[in-house]
Amino acid sequence: MGRFHRHDDGTGHDHDHDHDHGHDVGDLTSYETGTERVVVLERIFDENDRAAAANRAALDGAGVRAVNLMSSPGAGKTTLLVHALEHLRDVGLRAGVVEGDIETSIDADRLAGLGAQVSLLNTGDGFGGECHLDAPMVARALERLDLDLLDVLVVENVGNLVCPAEFDVGAHRRVMVASITEGEEKPLKYPVMFRSVELVLVNKMDLLPHLDFDLDLFRRNVASVNPDAEILEVSARTGEGLDAWHAWLRSVVAG
Amino acid sequence: MHELSLCRSIHDIVDRARDGRRVSAVNLRVGQLRQVVPETLAYCWGLVCAEGPLEGSELVVDHVPVVLSCRDCGEDTTATHTLVLTCATCGSGSVDLVSGEELLVTSLDLVKEHI
Repeated sequence: MGRFHRHDDGTGHDHDHDHDHGHDVGDLTSYETGTERVVVLERIFDENDRAAAANRAALDGAGVRAVNLMSSPGAGKTTLLVHALEHLRDVGLRAGVVEGDIETSIDADRLAGLGAQVSLLNTGDGFGGECHLDAPMVARALERLDLDLLDVLVVENVGNLVCPAEFDVGAHRRVMVASITEGEEKPLKYPVMFRSVELVLVNKMDLLPHLDFDLDLFRRNVASVNPDAEILEVSARTGEGLDAWHAWLRSVVAG
Repeated sequence: MHELSLCRSIHDIVDRARDGRRVSAVNLRVGQLRQVVPETLAYCWGLVCAEGPLEGSELVVDHVPVVLSCRDCGEDTTATHTLVLTCATCGSGSVDLVSGEELLVTSLDLVKEHI
């Protein structure tokens, strides 16, 4: 598709391809004494995206569909995942989990005994500790799973609304959990995350009577940054709305 | 946050592209939707370059504004802030992103070695 765009200097032109790189061809000569400029034009995410494509190919080869599950800390990803794993087990689907956690195995321990293969990734090994999963990390986690024995893989990302949105880990689908205790304005504060997903699970709906949370405003805020996002209201605590979310998960496997 | 990861990737790209030559500056193009904090990026660049061949090189960031193309009125407008991605002309939320998600190393400034 040709796409018109304008540069900062006011010039514009059409491209006959999607525009995910720059055209910094205005000044290829030395701009100051003693240096020369060489053009590179390499996307910084190229290496990650290549690893993500390899992960996706490995999953496809084994017939596994993968979901990248993201949220802020404490939104309820792990509790939702416990219920989802129970459901998947009950309907005879074989599930695996890549569990991202900065230091501990607490979440992985909660997922034990539910019939799923769990591969824990502690991201605190590197210096500083990563706040997200990237594709090379997930590749290492996949090596510890028997993909041929799985139908669906859930990648539970590190709790964070910024960084995980930026990294393709090789999953087929992207879902986030937003709990109503976080307020209505989260989609506006973290538009990149909300834009990156196709499904928003609005969790902790059982707390609605106790909060001033404006669900309509939240829905409008989601729509303003991502008009295509599907929204499902759930409560991991009471089980409200989980049927629709589990049906969505089953449809991922079917697709 | 993820600036450290980005700097590691940038370092790998630059180290390949410089082909043994000395680098004074690395020029990046970063879209405003990329959630990159310039100060953090500069700090992390210093960390990943410490005591290596790129030590002392500078990261120069060309920020690319968020430009939206409206599916309803057809106008291209620059988003005044990144919070609400709506057409500045007609207010429609049905927009395509024209720019703002770039994240690339555009060029290197190499030190000319005098013989």
